[in-house]
Amino acid sequence: MSQLPALIPTTLILAGLLSLLVGLRSLRAGHLIALTGTVVSFLVSVIGLLEVTSSGQPIRYALGGWIPPIGIEFVLDHLAAYMTTLVTGIGVLVLIYAPRSIRHESPGKAALTYPSMALLVAGLAGMSITGDLFNLYVFLEIAALAAYALLATGRRGGAFATLRYLLIGAVGGGFYLLGVGFIYFSVGSINMADVAARLPELLESRSVISGAVLMVLGLALKMGLFPLHFWMPDVYTNAPSSSAALIAPIMTKVSAYAIVRLMLDVFPPGFFTEALPIAATIGWMSAAGILFGSIIAIGQQDYRRMLAYSSVGQIAYVGLGIALANPIGLIGGLLHIVNHALMKGLLFLIGGAIQWRTGLVRIPDMVGLGKKMPWTMYAFVIAVLAMVGIPPTAGFFSKVYLMIGAVQADAWVWFAVIVLSSLLSAIYFFRMVEFVFRDVEGAEESADDSATGGVSAEELRGAVAGEVPPSMFIPIAILSAAVILVGVFNFLIVRALLEPAVAPLLGG
Amino acid sequence: MTIEFFAGRYPYILIAVLLAIGLYGMTMKRNLLKKVIGMTIFQTAIYLFFIQGAFKQGATIPVYTEEFGTDPTLYMNPLPQVIVLTAIVVGVAITGVALSLLLVTYRRFGSLDEEVIIQSMRESA
Amino acid sequence: MDGFLDLAPLLAILASAIAAVAVPLTGEKRRNLRETWTVLAAVVKFSLIAMMIPGVLAGERYGMDLLEIAPGIGLSLRVDPAGLLFATSASFLWILTSFYAFGYMRGANEAKQSRFFSMLAACLSATIGLCFSGNILTFVIFYEILSVATYPLVIHSGSKKAYEIGRQYLIYALTAGIALVAGLAAIYAVTGTLDFQPGGFLDAEMGMPFLWTVFLLFALGFGVKAGVMPLQSWLPNAMIAPTPVSALLHAVAVVKAGVFGFVRLVGYIFGPELFGAMGAATFLAILAAITILVASLIAITKDDLKARLAYSTVGHLSYIVLGIAILAPQAMLGAAFHMITHAAMKITLFFCAGAIYVHTGKKKVSQLDGIGRQMPLTMAAFGVGAVGLAGVPLVGGFVSKWYLGVGALDAGLSIYLWVFLLSGLLNAAYLVPIVTRAFLRSSPDHTRFNEASPLMVVPITITMLFALLLGIHPDGVFRFFSLAEAIVASVTGVTFTGGI
Repeated sequence: MSQLPALIPTTLILAGLLSLLVGLRSLRAGHLIALTGTVVSFLVSVIGLLEVTSSGQPIRYALGGWIPPIGIEFVLDHLAAYMTTLVTGIGVLVLIYAPRSIRHESPGKAALTYPSMALLVAGLAGMSITGDLFNLYVFLEIAALAAYALLATGRRGGAFATLRYLLIGAVGGGFYLLGVGFIYFSVGSINMADVAARLPELLESRSVISGAVLMVLGLALKMGLFPLHFWMPDVYTNAPSSSAALIAPIMTKVSAYAIVRLMLDVFPPGFFTEALPIAATIGWMSAAGILFGSIIAIGQQDYRRMLAYSSVGQIAYVGLGIALANPIGLIGGLLHIVNHALMKGLLFLIGGAIQWRTGLVRIPDMVGLGKKMPWTMYAFVIAVLAMVGIPPTAGFFSKVYLMIGAVQADAWVWFAVIVLSSLLSAIYFFRMVEFVFRDVEGAEESADDSATGGVSAEELRGAVAGEVPPSMFIPIAILSAAVILVGVFNFLIVRALLEPAVAPLLGG
Repeated sequence: MTIEFFAGRYPYILIAVLLAIGLYGMTMKRNLLKKVIGMTIFQTAIYLFFIQGAFKQGATIPVYTEEFGTDPTLYMNPLPQVIVLTAIVVGVAITGVALSLLLVTYRRFGSLDEEVIIQSMRESA
Repeated sequence: MDGFLDLAPLLAILASAIAAVAVPLTGEKRRNLRETWTVLAAVVKFSLIAMMIPGVLAGERYGMDLLEIAPGIGLSLRVDPAGLLFATSASFLWILTSFYAFGYMRGANEAKQSRFFSMLAACLSATIGLCFSGNILTFVIFYEILSVATYPLVIHSGSKKAYEIGRQYLIYALTAGIALVAGLAAIYAVTGTLDFQPGGFLDAEMGMPFLWTVFLLFALGFGVKAGVMPLQSWLPNAMIAPTPVSALLHAVAVVKAGVFGFVRLVGYIFGPELFGAMGAATFLAILAAITILVASLIAITKDDLKARLAYSTVGHLSYIVLGIAILAPQAMLGAAFHMITHAAMKITLFFCAGAIYVHTGKKKVSQLDGIGRQMPLTMAAFGVGAVGLAGVPLVGGFVSKWYLGVGALDAGLSIYLWVFLLSGLLNAAYLVPIVTRAFLRSSPDHTRFNEASPLMVVPITITMLFALLLGIHPDGVFRFFSLAEAIVASVTGVTFTGGI
């Protein structure tokens, strides 16, 4: 059982490597290996989650048997289990979905995509469970490299957008690493628990302060916190749908998680709020980001660009939760990690489905799509209801908790920002809903959309209800159900996972 | 006062300068290759920071020898060196990916100038 | 029996939810089976609700806590006089509307009937859920569901205009919803509880800025649905929906949900004393009074029959809001009772408008000369509704107006009495001429007796009788009057002895 945390990333890494080797021979086998690895990793995460919630104790694993703080350790506690389950779960769904989508959008790259996906999930999962500051950097970069591979295979501008992302990511990673260096040289350790134990005496030190700032800055860059978000729109727009569907929901979130981890378990309580105005800065940047993302999203014509700007706003909600630094606000932010992952993942999967079936990517072209792809559009409505925050979907609850947290912290401006942004998101999403369900004169329900870049009538055989193949439909259906169920049962997640996670805030 | 200030800290000042040059290259230069070079300089500065931090005067490499015995202060700190090694590996991988992306971009757009590419992307959008 | 009645609120909500699913599954091909689901659900729902009346009047509060949905707060259902009052009228009128709708939709040969009836059922589920909500969170959840479920009904015709109006509707409704959520969050953050308490649970200690913020947020949220000016413009526009929708939802369910929200706000969140002390009562009263007068004046100018009725609704909703804002027990009694009498009278009028449209294609008042000869039953019912809204005795409207007026006098706010009286005159001015012209003038088209289908005429007659009965024997119908008295008693502690 104590070996369990290690299984999560290692299974994925092995699966990734194997998938690469085998995939060059047989695409199907390569895909299957990657998928199996992710499924195993997911199951292990779930087992770990159950174990941690029932025993209340984190599971610790020392790599190579070297005892921490000398060695590197993995710590699967409530928050970590929460993140890995999310990351691996999304990984499973997207891997099921990917083959058809990739074949359609970026044929010939499939052999490389599956291993990259496995490695991406490995990196993010590893980031979530590591108990070592430098190890976090390593996994962060593993994930980043895998992401670059996934994103670059997109259409025309893909390589360039990814290059820009790479440069910025390198800076972000670099700042984080520099920060780790400052901390190490002041404290003498890079093990999180050890640093936490030793820091309190050294808080006045300038290098500790610089270290903290640099680490947070680096992670904020990776997170896409306004105004450090500028790489996001181009990257998501030019990426293949399945890559975007994997990266958008989870990548930025794990960086946000890393900031939370720093705030709660590494630095002493209050350091981010009283000693340094880190929380407040994040808060104001988040508030700006929320508004910015929501406003700019309104004018977008390309579906994926709209989702990208929306994501800028949404990750800022998590940032706001961090900034509020009170239990319910932070719970709102953490819950939003899962909620947004589910909602955005669903939206990107739907986008890929639309692209598969019809080849369309621009919203104005999608008029009347409800006739051709009704079930997909119903899923879209569910996603929209969740994004806007209509109960009882998941999106409603995280927003309410954030609002409550804002009131409790007397942060009335932020409170107004949350309220306003909900309204704004309603505008750009409902505009699309209405568009899609309009009765268009002469809209033929042709089965052959190869003219617009979609599939031909032949390829459409075997599709569910004439829309998309089962391998794409099932993940969409699962996510739609999840969006509602996570909403209705959100308090289970809060009780079991998030409340213990934020316990340090209450002076623990 | 300035002489002592610099004499004691010159490695760090060098590192700061390198960081600045790297960042300058990444942001201000239009040529993509120059940006990548800037990135490499930036990363190198960080490696130097760790190495510098591990340095102790009069210490030897962290491999046990009879003469120095078991006194840890006589050996240089191995941990930052390990960190740097790992970071270099990561940096190499990143640079490799960056260069391949550069190639693909060049093939698609025929130029390595940032402005030209953005213009071209806008037109085709 | 008691244990079963605790389940009743949940079952009542589920009844129409099941219908909402069964209807589209049955489909257009098996129409009659499909309509049976609706009727069955409506009857079951109403029976369950009616069963609870005796108990609630005796002081029982049925209900149950469903799952905990947020830390410390659950989805909870509670049946109290206020909720029961609204629920009974909504569910009773749904039965009638269903039959009416069958006649209307078939008569006008409307498309997409399955979607229509399904969404209508869903709206009723949400409405009943709203009525029986035990805390603000549950209430807001159902309120939002109601907003979303009414959208497909508003855009039913699928025309470009319908979509534009639907968009406006959604913007108004969602903004209102968000305001409510914001208010909810604020209250929870400060008090830690969201349960409705008779007499209110907020107190002056919390500070005027906080209390006013909460009030304004909730006023925005409820005011949109209740059509208080300047938030009312969605209502006349929503008349583009098929008439059964306008009748049930925009005269009975959706708009009354807004007004019901104000009942909850003043009676069960703030409490009348605090509400008055902070000046919110005066603010609300003035807005309501202005709405009443302006809406009545605008109604006179409208030639489109449904538009005229829409503005009339806006005015009458503000009767209720004003009655609540006056804070005197009699006024609140009048307001609560007006929820029912107005529903009965207005739905009759809308039913008539729909019957006329389906049968003759006429939508405008100016086209209705002499139609009394062709459709005497319909126009007679219309007449009853019309005079009732104006406040003529023997019809329910008189009773509720009486108490509203007495309450105003009691509170020393006699200016509002004048508002009620003046509005009554204006009501007469925009409604009665329709009736007189229908019967007294002649027109070449309307000389033969030719009523609309019985599926429509029978419900019209029943609602007309309902309105009359409320005027003659207020407590005779489902004990509405006693329920209204019980509301006032629990909120203000004042009890009434005897009837009129």
